[in-house]
Amino acid sequence: MLGKLTWDAIPFDQPIPLAAGAFVVFSMLGMVIFLAVRGYVPYLWREWITSVDHKHIGIMYCTLAMVMLLRGFIDALMMRSQQALAYRAPGYLPPEHYDQIFSAHGTIMIFFVAMPFVIGLMNFVVPLQLGVRDVAFPTLNSVGFWLTAAGALLINMSLVVGEFSRAGWLGFPPLSELKYSPGVGVDYYLWALQISGVGTLMTGINFVTTILKMRAPGMSYTRMPMFCWTALASNLLIVAAFPVLTATFAMLLLDRYCGFHFFTNEAGGNAMMYMNLIWIWGHPEVYILVLPAFGVYSEVVATFSSKPLFGYRSMVIATMAICLLAFMVWLHHFFTMGAGADVNAIFGIASMIIAVPTGVKVFNWLFTMYGGRVRFSVAMHWAIGFIITFLIGGMTGVLLAVPPADFVLHNSLFLVAHFHNVIIGGVLFGAFAGYTYWFPKAFGFTLDERLGKIAFWLWIVGFYLAFMPLYVLGLLGMTRRMQHFDRPEWYPWVLAAGVGALVILCGIFVMIAQLVVSIRTRDQRREPTGDPWDGRTLEWATPSPPPEFNFAVLPNVKGEEPYWGMKQRAREATRLTPEPEYEPLHMPRNSPTGFVTAFFAVVTGFALIWHIWWLVALGLLGAYATFVVFAWRDESEFVIPAEEVARIDRANRAAREAYLTQSQSQTQGQTI
Amino acid sequence: MTGETPVPNGYDTAPGDRYEDTPGLAGGLRTYLLGLAFATALTAASFWIATANFIYAPAIPMALVVLAIAQMGIHIVFFLHITTSPDNTNNVMALAFGVLIVCLVIFGSLWIMAHMNHNMMPATALMRMQQ
Amino acid sequence: MSGATIRAGHDPYRIGHRHPELAAPDSTGHGEGGPAPQRIVVAYGFWIFLLSDIVMFSAFFATYAVLHGNTAGGPTAQQLFDLRNTGLETIFLLASSFACGIASLAVEQRNQMFTQVALLITGLLGLGFLLLELREFHNFILRGAGPGRSAFLTAFFTLVGCHGLHITCGLLWLGTMMAQFLAKGFRPYVERRFMCFSLFWHALDIIWVAIFTLVYLIGKIT
Repeated sequence: MLGKLTWDAIPFDQPIPLAAGAFVVFSMLGMVIFLAVRGYVPYLWREWITSVDHKHIGIMYCTLAMVMLLRGFIDALMMRSQQALAYRAPGYLPPEHYDQIFSAHGTIMIFFVAMPFVIGLMNFVVPLQLGVRDVAFPTLNSVGFWLTAAGALLINMSLVVGEFSRAGWLGFPPLSELKYSPGVGVDYYLWALQISGVGTLMTGINFVTTILKMRAPGMSYTRMPMFCWTALASNLLIVAAFPVLTATFAMLLLDRYCGFHFFTNEAGGNAMMYMNLIWIWGHPEVYILVLPAFGVYSEVVATFSSKPLFGYRSMVIATMAICLLAFMVWLHHFFTMGAGADVNAIFGIASMIIAVPTGVKVFNWLFTMYGGRVRFSVAMHWAIGFIITFLIGGMTGVLLAVPPADFVLHNSLFLVAHFHNVIIGGVLFGAFAGYTYWFPKAFGFTLDERLGKIAFWLWIVGFYLAFMPLYVLGLLGMTRRMQHFDRPEWYPWVLAAGVGALVILCGIFVMIAQLVVSIRTRDQRREPTGDPWDGRTLEWATPSPPPEFNFAVLPNVKGEEPYWGMKQRAREATRLTPEPEYEPLHMPRNSPTGFVTAFFAVVTGFALIWHIWWLVALGLLGAYATFVVFAWRDESEFVIPAEEVARIDRANRAAREAYLTQSQSQTQGQTI
Repeated sequence: MTGETPVPNGYDTAPGDRYEDTPGLAGGLRTYLLGLAFATALTAASFWIATANFIYAPAIPMALVVLAIAQMGIHIVFFLHITTSPDNTNNVMALAFGVLIVCLVIFGSLWIMAHMNHNMMPATALMRMQQ
Repeated sequence: MSGATIRAGHDPYRIGHRHPELAAPDSTGHGEGGPAPQRIVVAYGFWIFLLSDIVMFSAFFATYAVLHGNTAGGPTAQQLFDLRNTGLETIFLLASSFACGIASLAVEQRNQMFTQVALLITGLLGLGFLLLELREFHNFILRGAGPGRSAFLTAFFTLVGCHGLHITCGLLWLGTMMAQFLAKGFRPYVERRFMCFSLFWHALDIIWVAIFTLVYLIGKIT
């Protein structure tokens, strides 16, 4: 009746997972009860859970990412503390548990922190920057988000019911085959990622279509903001790479569930094919994450240098070059598997070539700052911290792209240091920069600058303290994923890395404090004009937070940096453009489709993991029924009356008018 | 999708929309019939070449691949109505990107795996070869 | 396809690019016409999905190509494949694709009867294809050549089965589509979905061309 599921699945005998699981379950239950008691559920259902508004979905993505960041970071702390304690000692985590932790850490940080964070930022920002009212497929967007959340839920379920994979964050066979991993851990890993992968693919399709087909009148390709270009490149990569991941995982699942022989040691299976396929996805994945972060830096650097982005066209070309090159270098992840000198040489050279467009970008950011009036706000701190940190990570990447060097450094902590250097220094710093930069747009008030700067310094110091020692350890010969070790010369460096992790922990605490303090003092931080940073792109032309229709009238784009142009014209004329004629707007109706689909996805996934076949059938039937019910819907839009549009837009115009007159009198005062 | 477009979008065709000189039933029927005829002919040729032994045998796989690519082209032109006109640029660009990725995945994998199989041959197979 | 009332005009290749009556005042000819109509957006989104689906197939094709020699002492492609069955399947699928094209003409004519019959034929031919494929699979398994026998058969069953799974999903979609035409008539959103369906159905035929060539024909002769 319940397949493999018995009471043994709950780890009553292991205190650490049990306590962690109980903590997660009780905090989630507590949250639900709190929301129910306070009567927030109808509001949440109406405004968030069933929302198809890209801004709400974007905020939910970012929230998911930040919550999962805490989970993934706890895993990191456990690994660091285990290694700090495990010098000639067993430490406190047994190997089978330690292996689950490093697998979960990698899986969560890539799939449920970095991905949702960049997708969340794209969701929130791209339609606003393109000057349109929503993405191409609003309901699909909601489905995509909820499927990602479903995957995250399944991963966290593995804490309480059963176990997680011990086969690393990419689940390499033959270790991940049924013979060597008979438990449910790998199944949790595979089904969670299959479900969230489908969600990601939906997002990719949605954004490629949005960016190519839905832009404000006059916004030609070469007038799109840089973030939109990088989002386009990133989503093209999603569309091209994620299907390969789905296929690869499907093959491993068939091996595990139906006795197929793709990657087994028997009957002609070839485990090396898995490496090949997974890295065809895996390398573009790196650029899926980092390209939108490059876009964020481009926006932040231009805005806070009060200058247009230097070399816009070269930036576009560099972005698209990276997009294509990303697909031509995957073998550098398995140089040591023995493809031979010629193959290794070609992929090594291709990998080094990627450094060229990336270098173009770095110089463009530097030249944007050069001669500009640079304002050192928190977002700018993250951007400058990124340039320096990413440069180091990029250099070590070029080093690793040299096959002979890679033979020495493969699977050592040098590699671990390298990819944390580019992913934290590149992606996470970018996500934080974007979070700080667009937070006022999303909520109407700015984040506390002082605490933000403290958090930045703690993060960057902690980062260097935690990861520079890993470079040394790698060169000293320490491999990754060691549960214990006995080399005295490694010990001080391991301890230093542990201290670094603690400093980062302080940084996280300060970020939480920053959020809490900013919310509590939000009335003093309100920003009525909707343009707190003197921005240049169209998202700043809307009120903060933007109304659900974003733009009362679609802007007519007449050049690059359209909002800057509008502002300059308004400043010269010392008044706003005449009030437009408001019309009633058609907006997509909310739909619970995403939430219901995700519910059935979790049910189906859970049933598949535990071999509860009747529940699988039920879940699939439910998903199909949801699809049909959605397809039968006749009314997909509702109308916002023109008076309502006018009311909202006039309020914002009044605030901008007031700001304009005020700044006008100030400048006059200065000149006098 | 929200709102109506203030400026008509004059440069695009939806993928799959027929866009030609003779719209309507007759034109459509002609397109599909032509497609069917070409596709049938090419399919028949493929099966014929594979079974009849009148071509130089090592050339057959290449001939079959050429016929398959031709037939895919027929499907794309006559059933999917993709053309080279500028209003189809976006569709063709997307298709080209897809074809590029497909080629990279297939030929890249084959190339890499062939080299690995060659270099990392199991010891038993290597011994068999040396005998 | 339905709604093909887009006129070619005098300049189908738009050499001039700038249609003064269409373009925004300072148009550069690079897509500044504002958001595209919903029909184009939906079809284009589905087009992107199809390309991603084809990329997924390419992973299965690559795996088949790599593993097809690893028969582990089991039956080989040459021993197993029956080209008559493959030929029959090909005919069914091609005819189904053609019928789907005819259905799109019927939708264009807003003729309910004609649409339903054409879609029914499309579906029946697809079902025939599926049954032939299942019969072949069943036959192989009876002969001890199931997917667990060798890596070659694993890759074969997965690649061909994945296509079959797509056909199955397509049939489910087709049934839903027929019911929608019947219940809702020729509403724009039903037509948009049908347009996506026909793209899907034709694309599956394209993938089948690759399968019968690379798997069956080349497998049989080498």
